[in-house]
Amino acid sequence: MLALIEDLSRLNARAPALSASKKPRFEKRGQLLPRERLTRLLDPGLPWVEIGNLAGYLLDTDDPEKSIPGGTIIAGIGYVSGTRCAVVVDDSGIQAGALTTAGGYRLERLQEIALRQKLPFLHLVESAGGDLLNYTVEAFINGGALFANLARLSKAGIPTLAILHGSSTAGGAYMPGLSDYVVGVKGRGQAFLAGPPLLKAATGEIASAEELGGAEMHATTSGLVDYLAEDDAEAVLTLREVVGRLNWTPITDGVEFAEPTLPIDDIAGIVPVDYRTPYDVREVIARLVDGSDLTDFKPRYGVSTICIQASIFGNPVGIISNNGPIDPAGATKAAQFIQLMDQADTPLVFLQNTTGYLVGKDYEQAGMIKHGAKMIQAVTNADVPRITLMIGASFGAGNYGMCGRGYNPDFVFSWPNAMTGVMGGEQAATVMEIVADAQAARKGVTPDASRRAAQRERLTQLFDGQASAFYTSGHLLDDGVIDPRDSRKLLGLLLSVVSEGRIRKLKPNSFGVARL
Amino acid sequence: MSAFDTVLIANRGEIACRIIRTLHDMELRAVAVYSDADKDAPHVQQADQAVHIGASPATESYLVADKIIKAAKQSGAQAIHPGYGFLSENADFARACAAAGLVFIGPSADAIAAMGDKAVAKRRMLDAGVPCVPGYQGAAQDDATLIQEAKAIGYPLLVKAAAGGGGRGMRLVEHSKDLPDALTDARVEALSAFGSDTLILERAVPNARHVEVQIFGDTQGTILHLGERDCSVQRRHQKIIEEAPCPVMTPELREEMAAAAVAAARSVDYVGAGTVEFLLDAAGVFYFLEMNTRLQVEHPVTELITGLDLVALQIHIAQGTPLGLSQDNIELNGHAIEVRLYAEDPAQDFLPQTGTLDRFDLLSDLRVDSGVVTGSTVSPFYDPMLAKVIAHGPDRETARRKIVGALQEAAVFGLTTNRNFLLRVLQDESFAAGEATTQFLSDTTLTDAPGLSPQHAALAAVSQFQIARDLAARRGTAKGVPGALLNWTSATALPTPFIYDDLRAEVTPSGRHSYRVDVAGERFEIDCISRAGDRAVFEIAGNRQTLRAMATNGAQLHIAFADRQFTLTNRVRTYAQQDAVLGKGELRAPLHGALIEIFVETGDHVKAGDRLALLEAMKMQHEILADIDGTVAMIHAEAGAQIAADAPLFEISPDALADD
Repeated sequence: MLALIEDLSRLNARAPALSASKKPRFEKRGQLLPRERLTRLLDPGLPWVEIGNLAGYLLDTDDPEKSIPGGTIIAGIGYVSGTRCAVVVDDSGIQAGALTTAGGYRLERLQEIALRQKLPFLHLVESAGGDLLNYTVEAFINGGALFANLARLSKAGIPTLAILHGSSTAGGAYMPGLSDYVVGVKGRGQAFLAGPPLLKAATGEIASAEELGGAEMHATTSGLVDYLAEDDAEAVLTLREVVGRLNWTPITDGVEFAEPTLPIDDIAGIVPVDYRTPYDVREVIARLVDGSDLTDFKPRYGVSTICIQASIFGNPVGIISNNGPIDPAGATKAAQFIQLMDQADTPLVFLQNTTGYLVGKDYEQAGMIKHGAKMIQAVTNADVPRITLMIGASFGAGNYGMCGRGYNPDFVFSWPNAMTGVMGGEQAATVMEIVADAQAARKGVTPDASRRAAQRERLTQLFDGQASAFYTSGHLLDDGVIDPRDSRKLLGLLLSVVSEGRIRKLKPNSFGVARL
Repeated sequence: MSAFDTVLIANRGEIACRIIRTLHDMELRAVAVYSDADKDAPHVQQADQAVHIGASPATESYLVADKIIKAAKQSGAQAIHPGYGFLSENADFARACAAAGLVFIGPSADAIAAMGDKAVAKRRMLDAGVPCVPGYQGAAQDDATLIQEAKAIGYPLLVKAAAGGGGRGMRLVEHSKDLPDALTDARVEALSAFGSDTLILERAVPNARHVEVQIFGDTQGTILHLGERDCSVQRRHQKIIEEAPCPVMTPELREEMAAAAVAAARSVDYVGAGTVEFLLDAAGVFYFLEMNTRLQVEHPVTELITGLDLVALQIHIAQGTPLGLSQDNIELNGHAIEVRLYAEDPAQDFLPQTGTLDRFDLLSDLRVDSGVVTGSTVSPFYDPMLAKVIAHGPDRETARRKIVGALQEAAVFGLTTNRNFLLRVLQDESFAAGEATTQFLSDTTLTDAPGLSPQHAALAAVSQFQIARDLAARRGTAKGVPGALLNWTSATALPTPFIYDDLRAEVTPSGRHSYRVDVAGERFEIDCISRAGDRAVFEIAGNRQTLRAMATNGAQLHIAFADRQFTLTNRVRTYAQQDAVLGKGELRAPLHGALIEIFVETGDHVKAGDRLALLEAMKMQHEILADIDGTVAMIHAEAGAQIAADAPLFEISPDALADD
């Protein structure tokens, strides 16, 4: 496990290192590197949860050694002037901040989180815009959602704030255009529908970039910029001031709780990297919850499905996990537990550690399908916040029943050892062999041994190659991969986010706050 | 002499507070007086009653005898304690008190007058057989006489104001050629400071100690001494560290000096507390300097080694009570050291500092006599002494270490003080060895104020990081963040920059209480061992350090290390000095209206912000102001005209920019 955590740290460090290598260029322009903008914006020492830290891994290139996870966006949940916010920073140190698939995912995901969890949305903009060399019409059409989301946030009563650090062209111009508050950096920030080259191409008019959309022009003439800043540093300070005055009132105060009696760092040793090695997931749960104090629901029924009530940093929580496959009793136990938690308005945490719903004559006859379906119904329609941690195996319908990404939980994070798939690569290969053997037998031919071996290898590779957490996270299927030893902290923060998101009263309006 | 139950303190600051404490111990009422500047001062709050006596300058309040006496009458005080300074050695004031039927807590006016003039005093002392520094204290004051006398005394010598004190009107003259100028300067200074330009000459005694003997006389004629104090550590002739006993004192020498001091006091039939000051040279020979006819600033060191309350003794004597002590009763126990904490900048020749004390907290179990508290304002009107810190121990080294410890953990924030300087003096080898003479401070370079080192910057940055974090964690939605989540990030750790002057420190939390700090290419691993209030203990490179840190706003940090103290501004949290928003020199009417008046003509030179014209619109007058520095090149309108909104009014051609 420690080796996987090491790999994770190396992947996490790639984008910051690449972006930081552009420091001389930024300094020459009198700019701050995007990450420095972020660290200056955030309150020091308060938690920062990155969303999509591995997003885009292996999407930009197949080479695991060269792929840069995170895309051209830095995104997360953090605190600004004591206010919890959804924060997006264009990483203009990488591809000049041009929006990549992964970057687009992180941006849209943060907008979604801001809306669902009622967090002010902050965007530090400096982007070369769309990548014309790799233009696709679908990216253009679907990209419109990014702006629609800003309008939705504003309408919902959730403030949207932007700093114009650099150019924000065409569609990008609606980023500030649709933000409730805009800070512009003098001499650097620019927003126009058409920059000088497109303007010349489209109408023949010749105008300078400053005239067309300089921050100063927008602050004094067009009114697009509300606060003009001398430089990046002052823009960040200004945004901190503005956020401090949002009056995003506190709802929760800290509550008393006890730290777990068992040390969380043991998790790295307790959890086997190979999901086939059995262990009792209660060992993990006892290290996540306050005082290591838990109430085991129906411990002698559906024993491989674990339902536990406990609290994390004082937040009451219902935890569902697995010691292997889910049987009919386990499915009904989980379905009942979910309904109980829903009745008690207690958030659910799913720790996915299952090889799937049990198969076999006995189980099919015992109603595995209908019991599994009940569990899926309960999971889907539970009206309490749901957070999923992929901590080991996640196979077949187990991924669904345990609130996989397709079930739209509030958050999904993965451990680096997590494996996800409809089935294991070996099983898939064996299934195909059995099917092929049956066909061959019908035709009366002998299967070709070498083709058989090649297919086995290809299928094993196809399934297992897409199963690892780094791969699934890179393919935008979760909110990030974390060090398992940070799980208690992560859950503590996310539970506070989702609870507060539920109870916060917003002051919505009909169309969003218009930029006037 | 008579009993009294209400005493007015004709003073302010720490000494007023000190006197009030004893008055209250004795169940006497205390009346304070205060000037405008002192209306919220601690002495005013501590007194049972307070009387306002005038404007802030001392010449309009604390030095005005009539106002003090009127205040005493008004408040029903029957006695006045003058403290030190102000009117404490003013014979006329002592007489005026007597005339008004008030007890002056001090010696007779005659004794004050006799000792107030150095020339007269010295002549008396010579008559009484008290050894004096060879010199001239005659009535003839012409240059020729003085130059002639100087030749007989020999160089180097000191020119002093006969009526002076505190080093004013004093000149050290090394060579005969410098004497005439020194005489001229000293006369001018003496006249303005003391109202008399009479001078005396004294041979300079090299490497001498300043040793003074505390004496007490009662109305029954008893005169006792309470041992001596060594006040050799002086800067610009002002004492900053005093101790008792003198480190080189022997019982025999003490007996001799005390006998001389008692003889001096007896020569003027001295009643009350007095101090006879001597110079003690390296050979153990001592010379009378002067006698102070009041309580001294440094009286606490004598109190700590004798166990006596000197203010209480003064009051008993003033009430006519016998001292009730004999010389044999007075025992000197252990050693006491006092330091004077001043609001002054040693690096700028001890320039007095004014401002507000953001924090004044000595966290010490030592005796602290202070006249300020957190939030007090140090005004330019009075002596900038903030407090005296006094330590007592069985021996000198213990007392010294106690006072070093107290100063190292002191948090005196908001203005520059001599704290670091005092620490360097106290830890100087020759001071520690008890070898300091009055030359000590001119010999050393203890006033240097070294800059911020990378290690200091690293600790400052961590302190500011913690303060900012805790502040944010108490605000808004961060209020619910559990402590265990502090310093945590889910993916890569984020370095937070702090910029002090030209040092950039990047703080990256490496645990709940540990940090990695990069400053100017150096990396520091810092653990926070404990934190309570503004006091924190850090471990850095295996060494533990205690410091005190306080942020006054988002950017500013006061931080006191054991050896140094800084006020730092984190430039990450400040806006750059904004250039004035300058325009282009083309001024247009802000709205439709009548141009009532034009104040400039073509060719006039104007500065940004100058008023050019007045426009009346919507029943309001609007000033048209120049938006740049330059010359009025064009005026597009006439006074009285109706002007359309946005119509051009003035053109100003900007001044050529000076070449850098």
